[in-house]
Amino acid sequence: MIDAIVFLPLLGALVAGLSGSSLSARNAEVLTTGLLMLAALLSWVAFFQYGLGGAPLDVHVIANWMTAGKLSVDWALRVDTMTVVMLVVVTTVSSLVHLYSIGYMADDPSRPRFFAYLSLFTFAMLMLVTADNLVQLFFGWEGVGLASYLLIGFWYEKPSANAAAIKAFVVNRVGDFGFALGIFLVFALTGSVSFDTIFAAAPGLAHKTIHVFGLDANAMTVACLLLFMGAMGKSAQFLLHTWLPDAMEGPTPVSALIHAATMVTAGVFMVARLSPLFEFSPVALSVVTIVGGMTAFFAATVGLVQNDIKRVIAYSTCSQLGYMFVAMGVGGYSLGMFHLFTHAFFKALLFLGAGSVIHAMHHEQDMRNMGGLRKDIPFTFWMMTIGTLALTGFPFTAGYYSKDAIIEAAYASHRFGAVFAWAMVVIAAGLTSFYSWRLVFMTFFGTRGALAVAGHHDDHAHDDRAHDDHGHGDHGHVPHESPLTMLVPLAVLALGALFAGLLFRNSFIGEGFAGFWKHALFLAPGNHLLHNMEEVPTYISLLPTLMMVVGFVVAWLMYIRWPGSAARLAGANPLLYKFLLNKWYFDELYDFLFVRPAFWIGRLFWKGGDGAVIDGLGPDGIASRTLDVTAQVVRLQSGYVYHYAFAMMLGVAAFISWYLAGGVH
Amino acid sequence: MIGHALPEFILALGILAMLLLGALGGEKRAWLVTELAIGVLGLALVACLFQPSGATVLFNGLLVDDAFGRFMKALSLVGSIATLLMAMAWFRRRGLDQYEFPVLVCLATLGMMILISADNLMALYLGLELMSLALYVIAAYARADARASEAGLKYFVLGALSSGLLLYGASLIYGFAGTLGFAGIAAELQGPASLGIIFGLTFLMAGLAFKMSVVPFHMWTPDVYEGAPTPVTAFFASAPKIAAIAITLRLVSVAFPGISGEWRQIIIFMSVASMALGAFGAIGQTNIKRLMAYSSIGHMGFALVGLAAGTAQGVEGVMLYMTIYLVMTLGTFAAIIAMEIKGQAVENIADLAGLSSTNFPMAFFLAMMMFSLAGIPPLAGFFAKWYVFVAAIHAGLYVMAVLGVLASAVAAFYYLRIVKVMFFDAAGASFDRASLTLRSLLAGAGVLVMVFWVWPGPVVAVTHHAARALMQGQKP
Repeated sequence: MIDAIVFLPLLGALVAGLSGSSLSARNAEVLTTGLLMLAALLSWVAFFQYGLGGAPLDVHVIANWMTAGKLSVDWALRVDTMTVVMLVVVTTVSSLVHLYSIGYMADDPSRPRFFAYLSLFTFAMLMLVTADNLVQLFFGWEGVGLASYLLIGFWYEKPSANAAAIKAFVVNRVGDFGFALGIFLVFALTGSVSFDTIFAAAPGLAHKTIHVFGLDANAMTVACLLLFMGAMGKSAQFLLHTWLPDAMEGPTPVSALIHAATMVTAGVFMVARLSPLFEFSPVALSVVTIVGGMTAFFAATVGLVQNDIKRVIAYSTCSQLGYMFVAMGVGGYSLGMFHLFTHAFFKALLFLGAGSVIHAMHHEQDMRNMGGLRKDIPFTFWMMTIGTLALTGFPFTAGYYSKDAIIEAAYASHRFGAVFAWAMVVIAAGLTSFYSWRLVFMTFFGTRGALAVAGHHDDHAHDDRAHDDHGHGDHGHVPHESPLTMLVPLAVLALGALFAGLLFRNSFIGEGFAGFWKHALFLAPGNHLLHNMEEVPTYISLLPTLMMVVGFVVAWLMYIRWPGSAARLAGANPLLYKFLLNKWYFDELYDFLFVRPAFWIGRLFWKGGDGAVIDGLGPDGIASRTLDVTAQVVRLQSGYVYHYAFAMMLGVAAFISWYLAGGVH
Repeated sequence: MIGHALPEFILALGILAMLLLGALGGEKRAWLVTELAIGVLGLALVACLFQPSGATVLFNGLLVDDAFGRFMKALSLVGSIATLLMAMAWFRRRGLDQYEFPVLVCLATLGMMILISADNLMALYLGLELMSLALYVIAAYARADARASEAGLKYFVLGALSSGLLLYGASLIYGFAGTLGFAGIAAELQGPASLGIIFGLTFLMAGLAFKMSVVPFHMWTPDVYEGAPTPVTAFFASAPKIAAIAITLRLVSVAFPGISGEWRQIIIFMSVASMALGAFGAIGQTNIKRLMAYSSIGHMGFALVGLAAGTAQGVEGVMLYMTIYLVMTLGTFAAIIAMEIKGQAVENIADLAGLSSTNFPMAFFLAMMMFSLAGIPPLAGFFAKWYVFVAAIHAGLYVMAVLGVLASAVAAFYYLRIVKVMFFDAAGASFDRASLTLRSLLAGAGVLVMVFWVWPGPVVAVTHHAARALMQGQKP
């Protein structure tokens, strides 16, 4: 069964991707979507079997991948609660996104390619979550990175899409560099990359030191920090987050699947999977906590002022990933996984809802040009509202259980940095509420902004074509509700956003904790987080809800009660506004620190090193010197017999002189 | 004793018969005489191949019949036969099919065989002159062509000079050693050599180097190669080179093993200078025959790398090099002779443009020749270089080996340029359909260089044995 789940998407990807024009676009869509739905169905079966049921850990070895000396890597599928949670998330969201894309991408000429990429991504993600060793994890890790690159740059005619794809790839390389080093170090320490062996060896390594850069460092801490670097890149954490907002250049279903629900959570998954290692390094966990808290706060502040509907949600994703890392950092792996689980539903819902809005607005993404859409696309409006409620943590929705639990855990933890993280996530909760409702109010309430739909089309080369293909004719520029293939996924996800928390709270983080997770998560003997959380004062528990209400009220006041006050506020604090609008100037900073020096060095080596030195002294130089020599040699060949005879005599004379001068031994 | 000189006798009697036939029958017999010449050469080749093994001294120490000599004579005979095969139709089309040409080729070949067998300075000179006089004549064989006449005259004048140098060297050696026999000279040269012997050796080497066309005695080569009729150029590039290399090997190995330190210095200089000049000089050429002249200078330099090693392994390398060189040269010249547009011979590299689209087989096999000449594995030319460089490395001549490899890298340029012209340039006028003989020669040579690596064993075994025999003979 697990083989079917993992390899059905690959089958779909191969068939849709390699059959070219022999398979019609419609068939490609139906095939990939059908296979994914089958995989999703099987995943839910597995979820009940391994998670809620009592099936034990199951490692299914497919084949040996490579053996070199001590290193032995298998292709193996590891099925435990951790895996099945991810399987459910990945296949469910992926199959819904496939279905949604049938409607959303209806006008695109290269749909088979799109669906092949989507299925390829799903396969890679499934390889990642079913990995039984670090190398296979890395395989999936890079596979999703590749699929992400391909999908962000799907509309490769757009230079901005290409740039975003390259940026995502390059920034992820930074993280992957650390990840790879981490794998090397783990192998050096334990002599294995297989999870079971590593986990068994971990307690013995807790106090081992290694010598790096002239310092004696705790080996476990170094390994965990390196591995976490990979997680930071993939999950767009503070300092390595810059690629995620730009990744919104991809088609919206891609954003929902890859950049909200699944791939970006791979970092969280990895830390949870490696909890047996992280638990032995308090320093690394503190770093995780602080980075998570910082990201949650930072991304929320930037989200406050963005005008692109997808970018707001992208920063929201970034911020929520920060929450998950805070949970990991304080030792609440189950909390983080629970938030990952619920977040997948409501964030995918928000993205797909945004996609529906964008579809309705003929590929307009600027919220300032929207407004009052409530009446035009009521279904989408309600779905978005449900998503927003879940995200902001409205009582009894999904986010209420998972997010608020993380805030409590941060308060209850005694880990260094937990207090900072707690403050950050509490503030971020308020900010989240504000920007989420701001999005809803700007999009669905008030009056339509300067609805210059046609005027804004120049910005989107691709969208022009998409728009032209719409062929709505008399429909004109009136926003329209999306087709059924797009609305059904919204409805399904909305159910998840509403009830996923309520239904699974007990299993994930409540009384059923031990029975649900079994041995998939590891808690050090001193980790009493869940117990401590029960002793958190009531006013602390209510704080997130309070922040949510405050955020809502402020947003209501600024965008409904007194429209225009937001602009006045921005005008009054231009520096702060610009700082936030420009994302804390991280892109500019990186441009200055890394990109331009890299280009400078590149140009130096290209023009100077390769062009002038290597080509000049090497191929070009040698070639032209060769021609010079040739010219001289050819000149010797004068055609006069006496020149030739002279050369012969000269040769004899030279030999004789050589011997006379002492060449004879 | 007659049996040991059977190939030479067959050839000498055959030449007399051909002369008689030609003189009595006149021009009409030219074709018949050519075929007879091919037959006689073939018979000599068979006799040569089926000689009893072992070494025998003949004619009171003038000649010697040994495995080394038999191998090199066989190579020369193959070169001569191939030349006549290629030349027959070529001369006939130009009205030059007189019976003298095959006779002269046979005379030159007889000279080569005596030269290769020579065990005495007198025999050496006789063989050399017999070969050279015939070659002077056929260089100018197309009398009506000014370039051919000029080539013949230049070759003759410079050849006479080189003969003078050689004779002077021989007389010096006779004066200091008191004998002309190789074995006798070797016996006299125990202990440090006198300066007179060194002088004599130097002049002797100059005369032989002229025949091998190595720097600085190479200057005649480009002019003569370009001016002479193309089949004659093919002959010059093949058989006489074999003979010259063979006698040089024998002379230094048998007569002067005691002063190998001295003669190796000359060989090393000539070898390195030839490799470099061959490589650089050819780059500037537009005429393919002239290019092949520089190519042959370079290849003689490579062959001498093995001799410079001064070991049995080096001699073996030289023998293998010359074998493979012969095949590559004959194949390449078969293609060059086939370069005719509407009956008119063309000689420029540019005329080969786009050959792959007009005549793919020819382009393919010629490309194989070029790759092989450039020494690209797994073609035979690579192994030729491999053997001599391995010998040089084992003899400690590292600098020389490195210089040789660098020179072959430079040389690769002009070989590859021909391939590029044939395969990537826009096609020009297509060549006439070549005769079956030329096509078979080119294809046969192409197949040989391509499959040499599959089964090099027999050739390597023969050369190994012959080289050891030659080197052992030096210590009686």
